[in-house]
Amino acid sequence: MAENVEIIKGTSLGRDAWNRLLKNKLAVFGMIVLGIMVIAVIIGPSILYAITGFTAEAIPADGNLISSFPPTWQHPMGTDEAGRDLLARVLQGGRISLMVGIISTIVSLIVGVSYGAIAGYLGGRIDNLMMRIVDIIYAIPYILIVIVLLSFFGGPNTPKWITAMSDLFGGAGNAGVSQIFLLFFALGLVSWLTMARVVRGQILSLKNQEFVMAAKATGVSTPSIIFRHLVPNALGPVIVYATLTVPSVMLTEAFLSFLGLGVQAPYASWGSLCADGIKNIAIFPWQLIFPGVTMALTLFSLNFLGDGLRDALDPQTRKF
Amino acid sequence: MSDHNGIILSVNDLKTYFQTEDGVVKAVDGITFTLEKGETLGIVGESGSGKSVTNLSVMRLIPEPPGKIVNGDIIFNGIDVRALSIEEVRKIRGKRIAMIFQDPMTSLNPFLKISTQLMEVTRLHLGHSKQQARAHALKMLKMVGIPDAESRLNNYPHEFSGGMRQRVMIAMALSCDPELLIADEPTTALDVTIQAQILELIKDLKERMGTSVILITHDLGVVAGMTEKIIVMYAGKVFEQAPTKELFSTPANPYTKGLLKSVPDPAHEQGAELYQIPGLPPDVAHLPPGCPFAERCDRAQDICRVEYPPFVQINENHHSLCHFAREVYAESIREGGVK
Amino acid sequence: MIPFILRRLLIIIPMALLVVTLTWGLIRVAPGNFYTSEKRLPPAVEENIRKKYGLDKEWYEQYGLMMLNVVRFDFGDSLKYSGQSVNEIIKRHLPYSATIGLLAYLLALVLGLTAGIVAALKQNSAFDYGSMALAMLGLSVPNFVLGPILVLVFSLGLFLFPPARWGGISSLVLPVITLAAIYTAYIARLTRAGMLEVMRSDYIRTARAKGLDEKTVLLRHALRGGIIPVVSFTGPALAALLAGTVVVERVFSIPGLGNIFIQAVQNRDEPLILGIVAFLSILVMVFNLLVDISYGILDPRIRYE
Repeated sequence: MAENVEIIKGTSLGRDAWNRLLKNKLAVFGMIVLGIMVIAVIIGPSILYAITGFTAEAIPADGNLISSFPPTWQHPMGTDEAGRDLLARVLQGGRISLMVGIISTIVSLIVGVSYGAIAGYLGGRIDNLMMRIVDIIYAIPYILIVIVLLSFFGGPNTPKWITAMSDLFGGAGNAGVSQIFLLFFALGLVSWLTMARVVRGQILSLKNQEFVMAAKATGVSTPSIIFRHLVPNALGPVIVYATLTVPSVMLTEAFLSFLGLGVQAPYASWGSLCADGIKNIAIFPWQLIFPGVTMALTLFSLNFLGDGLRDALDPQTRKF
Repeated sequence: MSDHNGIILSVNDLKTYFQTEDGVVKAVDGITFTLEKGETLGIVGESGSGKSVTNLSVMRLIPEPPGKIVNGDIIFNGIDVRALSIEEVRKIRGKRIAMIFQDPMTSLNPFLKISTQLMEVTRLHLGHSKQQARAHALKMLKMVGIPDAESRLNNYPHEFSGGMRQRVMIAMALSCDPELLIADEPTTALDVTIQAQILELIKDLKERMGTSVILITHDLGVVAGMTEKIIVMYAGKVFEQAPTKELFSTPANPYTKGLLKSVPDPAHEQGAELYQIPGLPPDVAHLPPGCPFAERCDRAQDICRVEYPPFVQINENHHSLCHFAREVYAESIREGGVK
Repeated sequence: MIPFILRRLLIIIPMALLVVTLTWGLIRVAPGNFYTSEKRLPPAVEENIRKKYGLDKEWYEQYGLMMLNVVRFDFGDSLKYSGQSVNEIIKRHLPYSATIGLLAYLLALVLGLTAGIVAALKQNSAFDYGSMALAMLGLSVPNFVLGPILVLVFSLGLFLFPPARWGGISSLVLPVITLAAIYTAYIARLTRAGMLEVMRSDYIRTARAKGLDEKTVLLRHALRGGIIPVVSFTGPALAALLAGTVVVERVFSIPGLGNIFIQAVQNRDEPLILGIVAFLSILVMVFNLLVDISYGILDPRIRYE
């Protein structure tokens, strides 16, 4: 029976898994909603601006004392404390939340996969040492360190190399952008540990199989073996875990932004919007509800998609 | 050949189907056999032939979705098993019909001591108190040859070797002195030397306790010395059934002949290639019309691929499912027995 | 088992010291100081402050002194709340956090385990789909959204519970539920998956073949294996719980350790930060050890040496 699984490799496995994924209605639902969300945050702000002239930052100067309005046709999500259109802010916030989620996950992927693959392949004492380090870091309540890190190194204290990098990507010396870059690193460093473990486990079970010996026999160099042969085959659980890491990282970012340590004004993420929204919850509940529900919906879709991927790539865990 | 003490199990046209993503899998598709008291029946077949499902059906252990016994009679000692309520079936399981499984590592609960697992059977079915159950468990362990049984009673399954674990399973199964023991590939997961020991144990206990036995295996060598009667299964159907000696000396079915040929014979010329039946067992969800063995059979004719073979009666106890059963039988006689 | 426990206990102190060192390093490397504010201080005043807090010494001297004290569990006084020792502050505010944290996890265990087991037994039933959908919701709604919504509905809308105050059971309900939500979801899903896998295993088939009824099969045979994923989960869960309590304390204005920590960070109150970090690190490590011990008790195949 085990032989049959090994014969189905390469494209067949991908197509097979893709078909299974499509049969899973919840996962498809998740994909669709996620797709809508991504498209909305990419082109939404421009469309909104074109139609209504609202942006996330523009503050209409009309001299009113109270600027918070409940949802109307003009402002489908109402306005926030400063009179800014909430829909525009939620869309903008979505851009940032999703971007931070995805890029941080990519950072943790790069670090985690490399670390785990190297440890798994080299094995022996090096593997032991590397995994001991992971165990040690795992035991630390990371979140505390991240809080200290962001608080002390955020804003005007951002290290030069991060501002340099953010300038490279069009940040133009903007403190808000470099804060976001800081977040990429801080958040990426939180989740790479489990990724490393997952990858290492996969590599360990793969490395003694025949195709590796074949590669070695033909003189393929070690880094090449690791990255061109082993890693692609370990991809299954990695994809699943990555898809589940995105919502987890987004939650962490939201949590930090909620505390005021994450995304700073004038930028907004869903987390910071919720933080703003809570202040007036008794009187203007929509200021929390709209960003909150939008975020929950997105996380919902990501979780369903991640679940679906897990079921599609590993049929053993399927319901029957 | 066998004492006519009466028929203990009679299975008639049993059909157990499974509903899967790929369609309906006819795991068992019309099996009929009888087992007499004190007899040992061997059920032989490759994996996927339906042999395990047959026996799980007898004990109604088939998970109801996705499986279902759609047809057939299962009469155990005059009792219609299919007509029983689930509570009544439970009274029979473990007490009157017992089963041992293939892999003792996964078939024993790794989280419970074997004392617990042994005692719960007699406490449930024989109403033993804790002390009685414990004493009985000890007796059973000694009977199956576990050394130092007193202290090993408190061990966990992983603290036993493979062969010892299987002995524990046998002890567990025979605790209530069942009338029928179903052994599903009891030696497949064990080393060859241990295999012989376990089979000897089963044979010995069977004789002592008068148990009827169904022995399921894919290994013809295992059934040779243990059984009085053999059924050969393929793709959910009985392909041949005969008394053991007759099956080995004069098989009437090409599949059986193929199986016999595959058993390595040390007396054969050295350096000769091992014979293997070409091809793989069919996908039971998508069976072709005609004989399910047709595409692997070396004497298949057009009729085999198109028309379902008849169940030919060679003599009183010998049947074969094949268009050319008599011809194959005649050939076997000419060859003077395959081995 | 004992040597294993001892080894783990022994390693906790050096680990905590490592964390303290790391945090101290971060604090010192960062620009700025606790006494820096918008106004520039006259140099003489600044000089005095530095001398008072020993900041005029070399960094390794300061590090050494700090570590010496830390090893004796003396973190000194808070910089912001003058006159109050860090230990006092921790002791005063810990009970709030501990109460909601423990209650929340207990609630999550009870609800989650029950839901997961029932869902696994009645696979593909309405209860199964319903509870798993609810669990998905629990995973997807952030606690800082759930909390205020609960307050909106139950406190301000229905006047059932007080929105933010400490005193009496009723003020605990909403914070505990908010904190417990995501863990209930995880535990329900893990339990369901664990039970399903166990129920498919060979030894459950053996148990049924012995004639045991479904209840015995479930409780005596399946349960122990099925809840192991939940036990493993408890380790990282408790660490994440810390983050959760921070939010909940904020939303419900509870004077717990989480709130104090955030304020300490914002005030750059170094001794307090270090003290809380050390304390929480030790707590997390002790909990992880307890989890590993439970794991060893539950699964007899695991033998620590």
